[in-house]
Amino acid sequence: MYNLIGAGLIVIGGGIGLGQIGGKAMEGIARQPEAAGKIQTAMIIIGALLEGLAFGALILGK
Amino acid sequence: MPKKLTSLLSILTLFFFSNLAFASESSEGEQTHGGAVDTQEEITAYIKHHLQDSHDFTLFTLGESGKHIGFPLPVILWDDGLHVFMSSKFHHGTTVAESKGNHYAIYHGKIYRTNAEGELNFDEHHHPTNVRPLDISITKNVVGMLFAGFLLIYLFGSLAKSYTKKSIPTGVGRVLEPLVIYVRDEMARPNIGDKYYERYMPFLLTAFFYIWILNLLGLTPLGFNVTGNIAVTVCLALFTFIIVQFSGKKDYWKHIFWMPGVPIPMKIILMPIEILGMLTKPFALLIRLFANITAGHFVVMSLIALSITMKATFGPVAATGMSLALALFITVIELLVAFLQAYIFTMLSALFIGMAVEEHDHH
Repeated sequence: MYNLIGAGLIVIGGGIGLGQIGGKAMEGIARQPEAAGKIQTAMIIIGALLEGLAFGALILGK
Repeated sequence: MPKKLTSLLSILTLFFFSNLAFASESSEGEQTHGGAVDTQEEITAYIKHHLQDSHDFTLFTLGESGKHIGFPLPVILWDDGLHVFMSSKFHHGTTVAESKGNHYAIYHGKIYRTNAEGELNFDEHHHPTNVRPLDISITKNVVGMLFAGFLLIYLFGSLAKSYTKKSIPTGVGRVLEPLVIYVRDEMARPNIGDKYYERYMPFLLTAFFYIWILNLLGLTPLGFNVTGNIAVTVCLALFTFIIVQFSGKKDYWKHIFWMPGVPIPMKIILMPIEILGMLTKPFALLIRLFANITAGHFVVMSLIALSITMKATFGPVAATGMSLALALFITVIELLVAFLQAYIFTMLSALFIGMAVEEHDHH
């Protein structure tokens, strides 16, 4: 039960983080479409780091 | 290229249908048995069994007779000597296998040495206390890894050979060449730098294609879950870790043990943090790959199981249609994830190597 609540909290946190990363990246691309490739790469890397954090917490909590 | 994509998609759809057919077959089998079978528990056990490695290669199980269709794999044990026999001796874990006077039984996917009756002794935590021999069997995952390895050797061997004849590759090489260049120009060169990147290309290319092929192999109904096995991802991340440590230049170690440019108390505080950071990087790599692939398999299997669990509520046609649509959708996303995870693993490996070989010019 408690670890399900924990999993929900992790997903909320991860969702906020991914939303920030994705939203800001889109803003950046809209402002400078020529830098889309670089922004995308950076976005995926940060997203992956965040994902690693969230998954790590999920696995440890299990 | 679009033609190839459509054929790929149609193959996947076919695979999906075959999966579904087996799943519904087994559910019908439960019904004809007539006993009070907990479908939910049955499905959970089925998915958990799929996520694990096994000593025999079961393609599917006939629901009515409970017969397993597949083929046995060799079991290799190191106990008081080498024991080699086929896993068909276990009869899918139901009987005791005898080899050179020793008896072995499978309990929860692990092999234990037992007496002739196959008795297991348990401690108070319900863990068997029997001797576990060193198990170096060719399991299902090992078959998957060998398959991927030989496929890579064949594909890239023929690609390399084609360059001796002319500079433009033919066949599959036309798909592989842009990917190789992509790994070089988008991952290795910008992250490691023009000076050193060539040295790490073999590792990055191998990691990328190996993970990608194994991820794709996991989407077929053969039941491989290799990159979703934590032992495999631990090994892959260990390679990155070792390569990073051995290619670390003076600046890399200096930044870990004695951070330049900060006051001395700060240097002492930063040292354990940096050492921890050194270890968490490969840890994040291995957890990410493992969790992503396991979660993907779990979701696909659960959606396929919807056709069974929802049958009572929506009727067989609607339940199957819904499960088909959802599972197809997730499978297409999983195709993207399969590539993305290989990309991220390679990209972050390149990034970590780049951080290790970087030479700072201090002013």
